[in-house]
Amino acid sequence: MTDWLHHLLILPVLLPLAVAAVLIPIDERDRTLKGAIGFASTLIVFIVTMILMRLAAAGEGSPPGAGVYQLGNWPAPFGIVLVLDRLSALMLCLASGLALAAQVYSMARWHTAGHHFHSLFQLLVAGLNGAFLTGDLFNLFVFFEMMLAASYGLLLHGSGPLRVKAGLHYVAINLAASSLFLIGVSLIYGATGTLNMAHLAAKLATLAPESRRLVETGAAVLGVAFLVKAGMWPLSFWLPTAYAAATPPVAAVFAILTKVGIYVILRLHMLVFGTAAGASAGFGQDWLLTGGMLTISFGTIGVLASQAMGRLAAYSVLVSSGTLLAAIGLGRPEMLAGALLYLVSSTLTIAAFFLLIELVERGRDAGADVLAVTMEAYGDFDEDEEEEEVGVAIPGTIAILGLCFCLCAVLLSGLPPLSGFIAKFALLRGLFDLPAANQASAISTADWTYVALLILSGLAAMIAMNRVGIRTFWASIEGTIPRVVVIEITPVAVLLGACVFLSLQAGPAMRYMQATADDLLAPLVHSERVLSAPRAGGQ
Amino acid sequence: MELILSAGIGALAASGIYLLLRPRTYQVVIGLSLLSYAVNLFIFSMGRLRVNAPPVLEPGGVGDLLRYTDPVPQALVLTAIVIGFAMTALFLVVLLVSRGFTGTDHVDGREPPRGD
Repeated sequence: MTDWLHHLLILPVLLPLAVAAVLIPIDERDRTLKGAIGFASTLIVFIVTMILMRLAAAGEGSPPGAGVYQLGNWPAPFGIVLVLDRLSALMLCLASGLALAAQVYSMARWHTAGHHFHSLFQLLVAGLNGAFLTGDLFNLFVFFEMMLAASYGLLLHGSGPLRVKAGLHYVAINLAASSLFLIGVSLIYGATGTLNMAHLAAKLATLAPESRRLVETGAAVLGVAFLVKAGMWPLSFWLPTAYAAATPPVAAVFAILTKVGIYVILRLHMLVFGTAAGASAGFGQDWLLTGGMLTISFGTIGVLASQAMGRLAAYSVLVSSGTLLAAIGLGRPEMLAGALLYLVSSTLTIAAFFLLIELVERGRDAGADVLAVTMEAYGDFDEDEEEEEVGVAIPGTIAILGLCFCLCAVLLSGLPPLSGFIAKFALLRGLFDLPAANQASAISTADWTYVALLILSGLAAMIAMNRVGIRTFWASIEGTIPRVVVIEITPVAVLLGACVFLSLQAGPAMRYMQATADDLLAPLVHSERVLSAPRAGGQ
Repeated sequence: MELILSAGIGALAASGIYLLLRPRTYQVVIGLSLLSYAVNLFIFSMGRLRVNAPPVLEPGGVGDLLRYTDPVPQALVLTAIVIGFAMTALFLVVLLVSRGFTGTDHVDGREPPRGD
């Protein structure tokens, strides 16, 4: 790897940070200029992350130290490092792709709803990328806070009593979670004397039992902080309100915010409590499994009970989180690749759905949904209204929106042929893919419960989407047709197109996910790679 | 000293959590501040309690490392204080906006019905 390529690793953090600062003094009236600069920055970050993903995928043949960026040129346990591996590259790519789509969408009208939208957006991108790249626990806290601070601003973007109320709860719960984060990090430091994740993984097996207890306590406290972010059941009551209240482009990027929590849990779980952890291996798995399953159930009930589409999407976020958490909790190495594919597919779908909702609802009354559901409940249909026409011409806009909506429904419920199905299938196949020696007996009750929940949650998504879709696209032609600009529908189409592409290229995608899973299952190789990386410019 | 510090952290955290669960936004702000004080002291104590031991190297060579205290938690505390302070300030702004919109300082933006 040449010097130039090596420094590419820091660009996804530095560039948005610099651009955010540059955008602040530009007058709010020059929105096009601000938008253009922001868009250029996000686009460059997206291209860079694509290059990084290619580099990470190239993997084995690269020289030692590739993908490890030592900040300040201090070697690993002493200095802070940024680490690029397949998992972080995947998350980077996903995050910046979503950010790009959301930003293009926002430039149609939403960035005019308040001040400094593009600066906050760039800060969010920088924080996200930093959180995915860093190999240091405390540095993770800093990037996490950066991301959260930007997300507070973005959630409040557009103002209004509803957003402020949701924002107040969101800020309060995240500040409390940050306290837990700090307690967890400092407990781990106090017990092991290191904050570097790779070093921690290498050190844990050799710890004395009493220190190990402290590390486990620290990890549990830390885990709660991330589970709040990921929206595990008892910690997730803030999520639907906040996500439904956010402006659409913001809600779309928020879809990846829950995945940050999942990412960190997956990373720490596999690295620190993975196969090399000795007595601590698999710590907390039962909690993740139970919590994940409860989250799926809660999310499913929420999906069925939602009257407004925004809340439906927000509960879908919970279902997606729960599915992933339970998959991690089951602790089957064979399921990891499927879980990663599910992560990508569901995040793209939910983001597209959040963007789509506002376009669909634009031409409708705010209270129409609530009214429709109430009428359904009381069976009060206006049946005496005679339809004279044989067929109703469907306007072009509605047709396109309807098509996107159908794709969302198919992806959310996991029906074939799209990637939602492939991902769920891969998950289930991993679950049943047992070594020949212990057939049948090894599939436990927990496994069957998971299978049932996974399929039921898909069914619930199907029912809810059907109901909403029929009400929106078939029943209300007489309503005003929403005016949709090209740059609003394009991001939705591109995100859904990415899912279609993922379905078509499922083979290569699964190979990449499998390689990522194999990386995760070899934590000591990872630590060795980080700790033995040479300093730049020779010793 | 250990007893005093741990009792202090406990008292701060307990009052912080109590206030965090109260219905008025100002109480929540104070609760969060107290909680962050407790957390900061906790981080500090994770570098072990030492008296008269400097965290930075003295001029004239390193000498015996046992004479120094662990500098890392102190650096962490500094960062945590700055971030916590900024977030509390941000929360105060949200609080004021909420007060402006709803005319009440209840965290849910509306007063509970009387007589409960």
